[in-house]
Amino acid sequence: MSAPRSYDIVIIGSGAGGGTVAQELAPLVRDGVRILLLEKGPRFADHEFTGRELEMADALYQDGGAFLTRDGTMTLAFASAYGGSTVVYTGTSLTAPQRVISAWGVPGLDHADLTRRSAKYAEQNNVHALDDSLINDNNRLFVEGGRKAGYLVEQFPINVKGCRGSSLCNLGCPNQAKQGTNRVQLPRAERAGVEVVTRAEVLRIDADRALTVRVSQKAAGAKGAPSEWAPGDYHVRAGMVVAAAGAIGTAALLLRSPLPAPRSLGHGFTCHPALILVAEHAHPITNDVGHPKSYFVDHAESERFVLETCMYFPFVTAKSLTGFGPAHSAIMHAFPRLQMILLLACDHTAPGNRIAVTRAGSPVVHYRFTPETVDGLVRGTRAAARIFFGAGARRVHVPADPPLLEAADADRLEERITARHFQPGLVAVSAAHLMGGCGMGRSAADSVTDAWGRVHGLPWLRVADASLFPDSLEINPYLTIMGLADRVAEGVRRDVAVARD
Amino acid sequence: MRGLVARLRGNVYVPAMALSSPAFRAVATCVVPEVARLEAAQWDEMAAIVARAIAARPHSVQRQLALFLILLEWLPLLRYARRLSRLDAARRANFLDRLQRAPLLLLRRGFWGVRTLILMGYYGRPAAATDIGYRADARGWEARR
Repeated sequence: MSAPRSYDIVIIGSGAGGGTVAQELAPLVRDGVRILLLEKGPRFADHEFTGRELEMADALYQDGGAFLTRDGTMTLAFASAYGGSTVVYTGTSLTAPQRVISAWGVPGLDHADLTRRSAKYAEQNNVHALDDSLINDNNRLFVEGGRKAGYLVEQFPINVKGCRGSSLCNLGCPNQAKQGTNRVQLPRAERAGVEVVTRAEVLRIDADRALTVRVSQKAAGAKGAPSEWAPGDYHVRAGMVVAAAGAIGTAALLLRSPLPAPRSLGHGFTCHPALILVAEHAHPITNDVGHPKSYFVDHAESERFVLETCMYFPFVTAKSLTGFGPAHSAIMHAFPRLQMILLLACDHTAPGNRIAVTRAGSPVVHYRFTPETVDGLVRGTRAAARIFFGAGARRVHVPADPPLLEAADADRLEERITARHFQPGLVAVSAAHLMGGCGMGRSAADSVTDAWGRVHGLPWLRVADASLFPDSLEINPYLTIMGLADRVAEGVRRDVAVARD
Repeated sequence: MRGLVARLRGNVYVPAMALSSPAFRAVATCVVPEVARLEAAQWDEMAAIVARAIAARPHSVQRQLALFLILLEWLPLLRYARRLSRLDAARRANFLDRLQRAPLLLLRRGFWGVRTLILMGYYGRPAAATDIGYRADARGWEARR
C-alpha cells in the first residue's frame, strides 16, 4: 500500500451521474480544489469499438452483460468503462414525467427544476429528432403498425452527432457519434484539471473519509488503456465523496463500507424488466442498419409498459426467443426479415427487491416479479403483437405455446398470450435501467439521501446516479440522472464555498 | 458417478470436462440443429466461446453447471429408460421441452443457462452471423449503398 493521497473531492464512477458531477465541479480546480474521479472500467480508444458482439460485450459490460439476479431469472446489463453506461445506451433522451416526480414525493425535488437541468444537458449533448431520411424500415414499420393498432407513437429525441447508422449503439458506437459522458462531459472535466483514474475500483469508504482503492493491471491482450496509476492498492483521503457508480455499484459500495448508513440502503430496487419481441415479414427490411431506437409507445401510466423500437445482435436475439430447435432456427434464419420491439415493464418498488452484498463484498440483486409487473409484460406483449400485425408481419414470435403467432391469431391475443407463459426461468428477461438502492426522501427513517443526494447523517457523502430514484422512472433514465447529478454538484459547490468562508 | 462428484468437489477444470460430455453435445444439437453439421474446427470454435464464458464465472457456478449436465444425461432414465445422449432426436426434444417448463425453478433455470451458453457458442461465431444474414457494419448506411 502506497502513502495516502489527498483530494478535496473524490467522485466514484464516470457515467451519466459521475461524468456530470465532474464537469460541473471542474471550474473549482482553478481555485485550487483537487478533484479525483475513479472509474472501475478501462478507457477505450476509438478504434477499439469494433461492433463485434461477444468481443464488445466482454469488454464493456459487467459479466459480459450477463450479471444475474440472485434467483437467476433475469440478467442485468450495465457497463464498466470510462463513460459508464452512457457508452452503451442508444442515446434516447427523455425528461422525467411530472406525474412520476410528483408520485416520488421527495421534499425539495421540483419537477420544473429537474426539467430545466435536464434541458441543459439535452442541449449540451446535441439531443434532437433524427432526420426522416435516416429512419430504417424497422422503425417505419413500428410507426405504421402502431398507428394502425391505435397507439400514440412518439419519436425519441437522441443525442447523436454524425450518426452513420451502424446500429451498433449497444456495443459502443464505432463512429463516436453518440454524445455520452465519454465524449462530452469527461473530456471537458479533464481539460479543466479533474484527474481521472481508470481501472480503479473503490473497495470501501471508511468513516474517516479514507477510501481503499484497487487499481488493476491490464490483462495481456485485453482492450483499453492501462490505468493512469500503477497497479496496486491505494489509500485516498477525501474531503468530500460523490458516489456515482450506478445503482448496483453505489449501493454495494456503501453496504460494504463501515458507515452508519440509513437502514433502507440497498432497498427500493427497480429496473424496467425487458423482453425482446420479434416478427417475421415476407420481404427483407432494413433493420441492422440505421439508428435502432427512434420511436416508442408509452403506456406506463395506464398499463405498466413502454414499447420501443430496437435491433439486437445474433446471440442476444437468439437467447431472447422462446424455445429451441428447428422453429427457433427458422426465425434466426429469417434475420433480414425481422422486425423487433423492446418491451419494458414498469415495475415499482416491492418488499424484498433490493441490492445486498456477499461476505466478500460482491453485489447481489434480489428481485422477484410482482403480479403487476408480469401483467405489464403480458399487456405489453399483446400490444407489440398488435403493432407487428398492423405493420403487416406474417408471423409474430412471443412467449406463448407455441411461440409463433400467425395472422389468424391476431384476433385472439388475450387467449394466446397469458401470464402462465411468463414464468420466471421460462422467458429471457433482461434489464438495463437499474434504479434505486439509495433513494431520496425526507429522513433516515424513509430514505438514504435527501433531495440533494446528501446521505442522511453523513453530509460529506453524496450520491449522484440512478440509485437516487425512490421508485421507477418509467422512461429511459439518463437525462434525469444528469439533472439530479447537476443538483448534487450545485450542493457540493455550495458546501465548498461555505467551507472557504 | 461417485468418482465424478468427488472430482467436482476438488479444483478440477470444470468447463473442459463439461463441454466434452455426451450430454452437452446432445443438448447442443437439440437446441441448434445446425450444430450437428459443424465440422470439428467449427465445433472447437463454438466450444471455446462457451468455455471462455464459463471460465469467467465463479467456481461454484462452474460446478453447478457440471452437475446439471450430469443430471440432464441421467434424468431421462426415469421416463425413457435411456440416457439423454442415447435418445432419438424426437424424445430428446420432448424431454428438454418438459424441462424448460418444469414446475421446479431450479430445473427451468438450469436448462435456461445451458441453452444460453449453447446459443452464445453457436451464434457468437462470425460465420453463424453471416449465415443468418446479419450484416451490421460500422460504416452503417454507407456499407449498403
